[in-house]
Amino acid sequence: MFSYYIKLGWLSIRRNPILSILMVSAIAVGIGACMTVLTVNYLMSSNPIPHKSDQLFYVQVDSWDPNGFDENTEPVDQLTYIDAMNLMKAGKAFRQVASNRSGLVLEPSSEDERPFLVDARTTHADFFPMFDLPFLYGAGWDKSADDAQEQVVVLSREINERVFGGEDSVGKRVTMNGLNFRVVGVIDEWMPVPKFYDVTNGAFNLPEDVYIPFSVGVANQLSRNGNTNCWKEPDGEGFEAFLAGECVWIQFWAELRNEQEKEAYMSFLNAYAEEQKALGRFPRPLNNRLRNVMEWMEHQEVVEEDAQVMLWLSMLFLLVCLLNTIGLLLAKFLGKAGDIGLRRALGATKGTLFIQHLIESAMIGLAGGVLGLGLTWLGLKGVQRLFGDFLTHLATMDWVMVTTAIGLAIVSALLAGLYPTWRACNIAPASQLKTQ
Amino acid sequence: MLSMQNVAKIYRTDTVETHALRAFSMEVAEGEFVAVTGPSGSGKTTFLNIAGLLETFESGVYKLDGSDVSSLSDAKRSNVRNEKIGFIFQSFNLIPDLNVFDNVDVPLRYRGFKSAERKRRIESVLETVGLASRTKHLPSQLSGGQQQRVAIARALAGEPRFLLADEPTGNLDTQMAASVMALLTEINQRGTTIIMVTHDPSLAEQATRNIYIRDGQVSEDSSAETLSAPEAAA
Repeated sequence: MFSYYIKLGWLSIRRNPILSILMVSAIAVGIGACMTVLTVNYLMSSNPIPHKSDQLFYVQVDSWDPNGFDENTEPVDQLTYIDAMNLMKAGKAFRQVASNRSGLVLEPSSEDERPFLVDARTTHADFFPMFDLPFLYGAGWDKSADDAQEQVVVLSREINERVFGGEDSVGKRVTMNGLNFRVVGVIDEWMPVPKFYDVTNGAFNLPEDVYIPFSVGVANQLSRNGNTNCWKEPDGEGFEAFLAGECVWIQFWAELRNEQEKEAYMSFLNAYAEEQKALGRFPRPLNNRLRNVMEWMEHQEVVEEDAQVMLWLSMLFLLVCLLNTIGLLLAKFLGKAGDIGLRRALGATKGTLFIQHLIESAMIGLAGGVLGLGLTWLGLKGVQRLFGDFLTHLATMDWVMVTTAIGLAIVSALLAGLYPTWRACNIAPASQLKTQ
Repeated sequence: MLSMQNVAKIYRTDTVETHALRAFSMEVAEGEFVAVTGPSGSGKTTFLNIAGLLETFESGVYKLDGSDVSSLSDAKRSNVRNEKIGFIFQSFNLIPDLNVFDNVDVPLRYRGFKSAERKRRIESVLETVGLASRTKHLPSQLSGGQQQRVAIARALAGEPRFLLADEPTGNLDTQMAASVMALLTEINQRGTTIIMVTHDPSLAEQATRNIYIRDGQVSEDSSAETLSAPEAAA
């Protein structure tokens, strides 16, 4: 009977093309608006590293100003150089990474091409296995390179194509900020959304162009392009004083494979804080945190409140569209009273007619969903145009969202069809048969 | 086969009560061709709707094939309609965007027959009404008489025990009406019980039994006259 109901649904849709187009359009507009906002929200809040997000922990140790502290005060988002290096040196986690955003000037070997700016990340060897970066050529550097301040670099695919024409550049040399780096690896496409490993500098920024050892960045006093905050002035002038001061500017991640490792690491952090207190630092009470990737995203409010308000508004808009659809469906189904009365006379039960008309509603929903996908695509293009290139990778649809759009449209149409269908099925057949 | 005893039907609005049938009693035996006549508003169509389980009634007993159908659930009434009753309407009531084959197919779908069985029945019944060559035609491509033949085919396809016809020739010219009546007579002669509501005395005469309804009751019944005639003679 299902195929029969599909056939009847199609005939009914064709019978009242204007009414059908209006219903499909109402659903499509609602779905388009809702899915545009939902897609951006979904990508904003998606898990960027689902297979190990519960093993990666953002580390916060509270070295901050004692003034204004109360029990609800959160520790600062980043670490001081002293703390980051102490935690790296202790090496208590399975893997650990201190890193910072920087910017360099890359000087191509070809005299025809001008030097250009590249986004850089100064980091540690564990960065690559810890965050599962995919490699096109070579690999990351090892810990000895960190310790020896080796001038090695990992390039993004785009930079490798620009500088080396996309060929295997491992072992080749590239000059940045006057320093000569040896290429050890080239990353394949990698676009974590959100950019979870450094949300303090923009959760939806693109990953960096080049990656170099943290120790090289410090040794050469390379620029810091990320946020730097200090609660008291460094004791003295110059870079050394800055490093020795209470300025926070480093993101620190630890990979802890199970609850035991997490508990042990938390104990270590608290012991470290106590030790620093004994040395006259950490004036606040113990206030350290370990948050996994999704907890950290939530804490940092990666999905902004405005976006969530927009989502609710778009849902309300969909509801208004559905109320319109209910009215149109009611008009359509009650207009079929003669047909329904006849079918009742010929032996159709209310149940079979109910299914038949719900399937017709679902078909309208499906058509609305497909058209709504087109409108969603246009909506996302509009979002891109409105907010610029940095949202390009947010304003795209994956199969989950396509399926969600179609599913939402069908479910919406089914809900909208319930009352009209119920009314239609309760039409008294005898009253219709004389008047047909 | 069909027995109604003291059936009453009242239509109510906020201000008015209309007694469509009052203590209506009637028996129809298997194989009869009953013509029901009467003035407008006498209750003919109400009787037909109740007989076809399209309407409920306030009081009385209605037995169909010996079973009391007065208090069946809506779904069971649908099943009884589908299996035992065929309907023919004055305005044909064909579905305009289904072709002849698919129109006849409608009650068979609800019966749950397999595709091959449905096809066999549809082809056979269209052969009976003389429209075997018009299976792909839409109703709008047929004459009034042909459309009524399709409706008759649809009513017959489920091989019902009886046909209920409400002014089956009311929308047809004389020639087409005669042809439809001839077909109904032929169907009756093959054993199907027919109850036909009509305003036309000449059509009623072709039935084997005539019933006249007035004010919601049977006021004349030709079978009673036939039965009582010998007694009167005696």
